[in-house]
Amino acid sequence: MLRLKKITKVFSKGTVDEVKALDKINLDVDAEDYIAIIGSNGAGKTTLLNIIAGVYPPENGGRIIVNDREISGLSEYRRAHYVGRVYQDPHIGTAAKMTIEENMAMALLRGQPRGLRVASNKQRRELFHAALAPLGLGLENRLNTLVGTLSGGQRQALALVMATLSKPAILLLDEHIATLDPRTAQIVLDLTEMLVKRERMTTIMVTHNMEVALRHGNRLIMMHKGRIVVDMNRGQKADLAINDLIVAFERASGEEFVDDNILLPSG
Amino acid sequence: MLDVVGHVLSFSLYEGLVFGFVAIGVYLTFRVLGFPDLTVDGSFTLGGAVAAVLIVNGVNPFLATLAALGAGLCAGLATSLLNTKLRIPALLAGILVMVALYSINLRVMGGANVSLLREVTIFDQVSEFLGVSTRIAYQLVVAGVLAVIVFFILNWFLRTEIGLALRATGDNEQMVRGFGVNTDMTTILGVSISNGLVALGGAVVAQGQGFADVGMGIGMIVMGLASVIIGEALFRPKGVARLLLAALGGTFIYRLVISIALRLGMAPGDLKLITALLVIIALAIPYLQKKVQREWLPPAARW
Repeated sequence: MLRLKKITKVFSKGTVDEVKALDKINLDVDAEDYIAIIGSNGAGKTTLLNIIAGVYPPENGGRIIVNDREISGLSEYRRAHYVGRVYQDPHIGTAAKMTIEENMAMALLRGQPRGLRVASNKQRRELFHAALAPLGLGLENRLNTLVGTLSGGQRQALALVMATLSKPAILLLDEHIATLDPRTAQIVLDLTEMLVKRERMTTIMVTHNMEVALRHGNRLIMMHKGRIVVDMNRGQKADLAINDLIVAFERASGEEFVDDNILLPSG
Repeated sequence: MLDVVGHVLSFSLYEGLVFGFVAIGVYLTFRVLGFPDLTVDGSFTLGGAVAAVLIVNGVNPFLATLAALGAGLCAGLATSLLNTKLRIPALLAGILVMVALYSINLRVMGGANVSLLREVTIFDQVSEFLGVSTRIAYQLVVAGVLAVIVFFILNWFLRTEIGLALRATGDNEQMVRGFGVNTDMTTILGVSISNGLVALGGAVVAQGQGFADVGMGIGMIVMGLASVIIGEALFRPKGVARLLLAALGGTFIYRLVISIALRLGMAPGDLKLITALLVIIALAIPYLQKKVQREWLPPAARW
């Protein structure tokens, strides 16, 4: 479904600040995969998502293939057809000065040509209503509310619905619950689970939370210094505890695990 | 006395409508797109120059006005291409095109100004068509009809799928690109439309005053900003339609205040200084308020 071949990304090339964020990554993702990616800061997790989304191209020789079609050369807006994304910061996934309805109308046309039809009509409003109702946040009755007046959690839930509204083949979640309070984080996580199952999207979720990584998804990947050091399938990760993960990481990377951040259990 | 009040009011209304095109253009770039576009001073004059020269050469004044709008579109296209394709910061791109337009306007007019005194303008045609000879009456009709047309087109356009993408570009460019919008295209579209409107304003103003002059656009950007700010402060608009009306309303109030000040003896040469001070005050107030409340604000953007 999604194949990454020899993906390398170097930042500040040729300067003293040169960083190899991704180091010849090869990754085969099946259509039904729901992958959780963990790793310490600077491991290259977000860079990997950025490469898939087309924010910047991989170094020469790297290839990104979706359903047998090479998309390495496509710019970010042209890949939107395949890729939906939710960011860590709820402000990035939604437009503050526009209403919920206008945001949803934007999202509905993901990757499609936009024309001179009025962007929202009765039929589309009903669709938005139906998509927002399962959140249980009452957003479906506030379609004319400006998004800037919503709370961070509400905006993130909206961002998730918007990212999946037009059913992209691939869903990228970039620590999308990291800034939310525990209760809201749980709501958004449950919603994620529901949407991923219902729409059968290939999902890649970056998280700092080992417990979330263990409990969600059918595959777990650990990254370290731009490489994939651990790749477990559902069977391998089923009975693991956080400690086992740390041991697995240390064995694979040959380094002691140091990231206080990542040890925090979910609240 | 009543006569004077009536005259000042109706004249301000006329000016509010024609300069309202500039305000709406400025609103589109500064507020909707978040693109501080300084091309305006040049494209306003360009509109006046193109319309005047075409009329002098016997072109139908309506066609000449339309051509002026087209010329403005091209000016906006130039600025937005510099910004999106050559990555020149928006402010600098606007200044570059504005300066270049000064020479272009001189070339278009073949001199510093073009007189329309004995030429048939859109005002003369409408006056003849309606059989109305009172100057202010047909001036208001022309400006009013044009304003209504522009208002309805923009009010519709900004709600369309493309219009929504354009507004979202100014609101959250990263998000909108993630949804498959080519934000270079929406920026180019918005800045072009904005300058087209500004040039339309220039064309109508030139025909109203009977001449185009190479200096007629100086300070237009500040005037447009002042009008937008006044409109926002007075009408606190929400929604596309009201924002557009607020830009027109703001221009009317601005021109009204200026007319009154001129009648009370303000030297016309001081106009731009007063306008600049007005905008400085309006921009500084929100910061000073927060400073008094000891809220932190980041340093102003340098670009």
